[in-house]
Amino acid sequence: MTDPIRFFLDGAEVEARPGETIWQVANRQGIEIPHLCWLPKPGYRADGNCRACMVEIEGERVLAASCIRKPSAGMRVKTASERARFSRQMVFELLLADQPRRDAAHDPGSRFWQWADRLDLSESRFPRHGAPAPDRSHPAIAVHLDACIECTLCVRACREVQVNDVIGMKGRGYHEKIVFDFDDPMGRSTCVACGECVQACPTGALMPASLVDVNGLYAHAPDREVDSVCPYCGVGCQLTYKIREDRIVAVAGREGPSNQGRLCVKGRYGFDYVHHPDRLTEPLIRKEGVAKGNVAIDPGNPYTHFRKASWEEALDAAAAGLKRIRDAKGPKALAGFGSAKGSNEEAYLFQKLVRTGFGSNNVDHCTRLCHASSVAALMEGIGSGAVTAPFTAAMEAEVIIVIGARPTQNHPVAATFFKEAAKQGKTLIVMDPRGQALARHATLMLRFKPGRDVALLNALLYTIIKEGLFDKQYVAAHTQDFEKLAEHIRDYPPEKMAAICGIDAETLRHVARTYARARAAIIFWGMGISQHVHGTDNARCLIALALITGQIGRRGTGLHPLRGQNNVQGASDAGLIPMLYPDYQSVEDPGVRQKFEALWGKSLDPKRGLTVVEIMDAVHRGEITGMVIMGENPAMSDPDVAHARAALAQLEHLVVQDIFLTETAKYADVVLPASAWPEKDGTVSNTNRQVQMGRAALPLPGNARQDLWIIEEIARRIGLPWSYGHPRAVFAEMKEAMPSLNGITWERLLRESSVTYPCDSETSAGHEIVFADGFPTPSGRGRLVPAAIVPPAEEPDGEYPFVLTTGRQLEHWHTGAITRRAQVLDEIEPEATASFAPSELRRLGVAAGERVRVSTRRGAIELKARADSGVAPGMVFIPFCYAEAAANLLTNPQLDPFGKIPEYKYCAARVEPVAAKAAAE
Amino acid sequence: MLADQNRIFTNLYGRGDWRLEGARRRGDWDGTKDLILKGRDFIVGAVKESGLRGRGGAGFPTGLKWSFMPKESDKPSYLVVNADESEPGTCKDRDILRNDPHKLVEGALLAAVGMGTQAGYIYIRGEFYNEAKRLQTAIDEAYDAGLIGKNACGSGFDFDLILHRGAGAYICGEETGLLESLEGKKGMPRLKPPFPAAVGLYGCPTTVNNVETIAVVPAILKRGASWFAGLGRPRNTGTKIFCLSGHVNRPCNVEEEMGIPMRELIERHAGGVRGGWDNLLAVIPGGSSVPVLPKSICGEVLMDFDSLAAVKSGLGTAAVIVMDQSTDIIKAIARLSKFYKHESCGQCTPCREGTGWLMRVMDRMVEGDATEEEIDTLLEVSREIEGHTICALGDAAAWPVQGLIRHFRPEMERRIRDYREKAAAPRRAA
Repeated sequence: MTDPIRFFLDGAEVEARPGETIWQVANRQGIEIPHLCWLPKPGYRADGNCRACMVEIEGERVLAASCIRKPSAGMRVKTASERARFSRQMVFELLLADQPRRDAAHDPGSRFWQWADRLDLSESRFPRHGAPAPDRSHPAIAVHLDACIECTLCVRACREVQVNDVIGMKGRGYHEKIVFDFDDPMGRSTCVACGECVQACPTGALMPASLVDVNGLYAHAPDREVDSVCPYCGVGCQLTYKIREDRIVAVAGREGPSNQGRLCVKGRYGFDYVHHPDRLTEPLIRKEGVAKGNVAIDPGNPYTHFRKASWEEALDAAAAGLKRIRDAKGPKALAGFGSAKGSNEEAYLFQKLVRTGFGSNNVDHCTRLCHASSVAALMEGIGSGAVTAPFTAAMEAEVIIVIGARPTQNHPVAATFFKEAAKQGKTLIVMDPRGQALARHATLMLRFKPGRDVALLNALLYTIIKEGLFDKQYVAAHTQDFEKLAEHIRDYPPEKMAAICGIDAETLRHVARTYARARAAIIFWGMGISQHVHGTDNARCLIALALITGQIGRRGTGLHPLRGQNNVQGASDAGLIPMLYPDYQSVEDPGVRQKFEALWGKSLDPKRGLTVVEIMDAVHRGEITGMVIMGENPAMSDPDVAHARAALAQLEHLVVQDIFLTETAKYADVVLPASAWPEKDGTVSNTNRQVQMGRAALPLPGNARQDLWIIEEIARRIGLPWSYGHPRAVFAEMKEAMPSLNGITWERLLRESSVTYPCDSETSAGHEIVFADGFPTPSGRGRLVPAAIVPPAEEPDGEYPFVLTTGRQLEHWHTGAITRRAQVLDEIEPEATASFAPSELRRLGVAAGERVRVSTRRGAIELKARADSGVAPGMVFIPFCYAEAAANLLTNPQLDPFGKIPEYKYCAARVEPVAAKAAAE
Repeated sequence: MLADQNRIFTNLYGRGDWRLEGARRRGDWDGTKDLILKGRDFIVGAVKESGLRGRGGAGFPTGLKWSFMPKESDKPSYLVVNADESEPGTCKDRDILRNDPHKLVEGALLAAVGMGTQAGYIYIRGEFYNEAKRLQTAIDEAYDAGLIGKNACGSGFDFDLILHRGAGAYICGEETGLLESLEGKKGMPRLKPPFPAAVGLYGCPTTVNNVETIAVVPAILKRGASWFAGLGRPRNTGTKIFCLSGHVNRPCNVEEEMGIPMRELIERHAGGVRGGWDNLLAVIPGGSSVPVLPKSICGEVLMDFDSLAAVKSGLGTAAVIVMDQSTDIIKAIARLSKFYKHESCGQCTPCREGTGWLMRVMDRMVEGDATEEEIDTLLEVSREIEGHTICALGDAAAWPVQGLIRHFRPEMERRIRDYREKAAAPRRAA
């Protein structure tokens, strides 16, 4: 089976590697065979239906499709016999008959036309007949089935590659037709607009709507392309911008290690925000006498509250304010929020600015709000905050647990691998209080009671220990404190936990056994685990599960917190954390501090700084009076955001560096117009620990500047003589501070686009799976930390009877600052909604689409009600990306004691119909 | 002519009892246990020796096909009986299912032993509603009598037989399209290789056989391979059910010896061509997909696989469609083009696009609204469909057109000339 097969290709003896098809061998030999329904890309199965790649095999009556036929020993294949050539020619001629004429083609450069050219075909002898009507119902995708050749690539793209199961084939024979769901208009189907079908289509029947005009004619042809990486989530999909006259007109997926050519709706269709008229293009200084509380500002016209300034004036003002506070009140009166949306180099330089320029460790970023508790538990348990295996390891697992994560919305491309694994028969167990799209693919869906994660997970640990299903050898060799855990867990039998978490004892036992007995099992989690006051405890339980069963450090096993922002991994690695220097080295460790003092040539604050929410509290107390915020939006993202906004308004001096006048920038004294991701060079690190190269593709708009330049200019003005000039120089310095970047250089990233860390040398690939043999803890062992049940900080009561939970939507990113300005994304999800169980809506007497008022002890918002059977009765879900109904006006700022992460996923709320209230008054 | 004692389907016309009791009286289920106990190699050997070729149309040697089934496999394997009889002109399986269903059930059991499988599916054409009811009754009777199921016939061999009704597509009679349909998917034929014997139903080794093929197996085993091989001609052995339809005096199904002359078949069993042999225009000898033969060939040709292949037609399903001089042969073939265009599953380009084009051109050929060069294009396109598609439906669509052009080109050209003259006539008058 594994021996190469020798056969004859056009008379020459050749060798086929195991599994190779005739087409693949021919292609390797430089023999060109036309193909339409065959796409030589990862994930695409050959189907052999278009018959454009037919070859003749000696001794066989019929021709064979070379894309799918595998050679056998001694076979004699003729790729260019007259019969084969004529047959292929005829296929193209038959298809050409019904194609739109080339001068009216949707994509005159499509693979179909490229092959037609090579076959020297431009006319067909066959008459054309009726063309189906175009379907332009979708904002992102233009459907023109007159160009469709029924090759089923889009069907495979939708069902097998992205596993969305929307596209199908209807009818038979000549009446065969691509359909969306039940032959619905695409825009009204369940399509999630990942665009995989568009990328696969060989004829232009499916096109990015941005590349065809209203008549379906090809338009806005790109004049250049730039390879980069997606700026949205932590998956880190590699992509190619297609640019025309310095505008991004389309985006294609590139074969990166984490995406294999796939993208989601945001990565593919969410790029016009960079060209939005709201972009900040001039430095701004607050007008004299305009109060900070006055935030009724149109982001498209900031000149009601701000005045235009030169860079010189704005930078001087920004720096002077910081210097004044530092010199008058001391380093601790300043703080900085960096961003997980920028590059590693920006993150590194920003924390260095705060630590060496401001003189304190008051630097943090949104990791605090997403996985701080996961990182705290991981650091404590296994000595490393990063994932132990990439999410693609799901393909090698036998059991996959996804808990408190909704990857089809938040990590859509990662979800494709989970769905694909489930389709291949792997056991997928989803645990989430809310129903979700992944459940359709799951073997088991556990909809447990919100906030009862520890009860659920402890019941699993109980079963595994009680039934002796733990890996005794692994526990003995690689863990510590097992006895403590075993003793603690006695109080958590499934029968007792069932009443608390709402999952019956037998199911809990079944899940525990399935996970423990699996040859390889892997756990993925998201904010549903971390954003609780018991977030660290939740993560401790997951770590304990993996450690006692030895489901870590091998292929198909591991612990993987799905990181949210595109560069939250990298920004954390780079030290954008108040208690840690780059590479998670403690600021309170004198040895470490000395090292950094030597490297940076400055004495450093020996005390840890304050975290995001703590900084806001310190502002309220008057301890912090000056801040720099780069690319973060705490005025939308902080819990109890009214409190955060009041803090921002209270600041004596606030400098905001961003691309839009965000809700946060509205409180600024100085606003510095910065660079969007496609405008800059820089590296980012994704959830898989893959460091990837982002490349500048567009010029900066107006007077906007590179973020790195802005940081450097501020640094110089507060006494730091920096002159990096290019991110390359920053990266070089980072390598000195960060052993994790061993083997990774700027040049290597330019060449390879992606390198996984840790990496042994510049010539070897990085280690995807870590901790095969022990952990980087002081003892070298994984530490088991028992977790007790801590109830949510605010339970529903008579006055506030609902549980409010918040999160994201597929189409919108974080606070919406960029996606609300991406036309396609905002068209699909244009307004704020609160989701309820249909039965709950009936009880409230509210129809879907009517407005409700949701209030908590912290605030109230009004928004439309949406029926969603995924939401349990008694719950309400609100995405936090809508400024006009900011969910975080409602959320509870109570913190997890270890990770200092707020409880976004649970608070008590009241819901009233808006109309009824008006009538009552 | 086939002697009565050599007849296998003794209740083809439904004159006797079709149920178990009647079947037993006709010798079905007699000594089945002993045949099972003789084992797999005996059964395959006997079927090979008998020279039986598949009765579904392609005529592949049955014993050889069975021998492709793996002897050792960690997967289950399946026998699938193709009862999706849909080839225009063909109605032989229908009468077996109606009137002699136990022959099929017994044959399925013995075939299963021969290929070492414990489960069989019969995929029956959806329109065969009454036939499905009868067949299910026969299967139930066999289960109740202990003939199939656990310890079939007391032999220690377990065999389950499941009847599945189709939903009405010609393409589901193609063996791999049938497997897809049986799995609950759209009936789209699969690429071969892999062949079903390696990767078939649910990815497991599978053999698909026609109803008639399976139903003659008990007789071969009971009477001996040499008896069957002694009927007919070398490589074309045994008896065969012929379906005689069209312009004959008494259309019928009849079991005859392979290799019977076509003229004898028609005259002896169907009462001859309407209006006498001289009134014959042409015959489609094996169901709609095989090329038509003109009268000049029909007088001499023998009805078997090799003889008909030698005259560039085929035995196919042995459905003999007789057309007399009153027939518009171009229109008749055009109707078949419409059929294949309608039944093309649509996955292969040449078939999906080509059958539609063939139909449209054939429709114009009926009127004569075409050019003589278009006859050549028609032939060329039909040749580019033939052998270039995943399944044989492309071939089936091409062959009738090729047969028409081969034998009736002058008629087509005359039609075109007449049309041209007619079109020109009014102008001349004016």
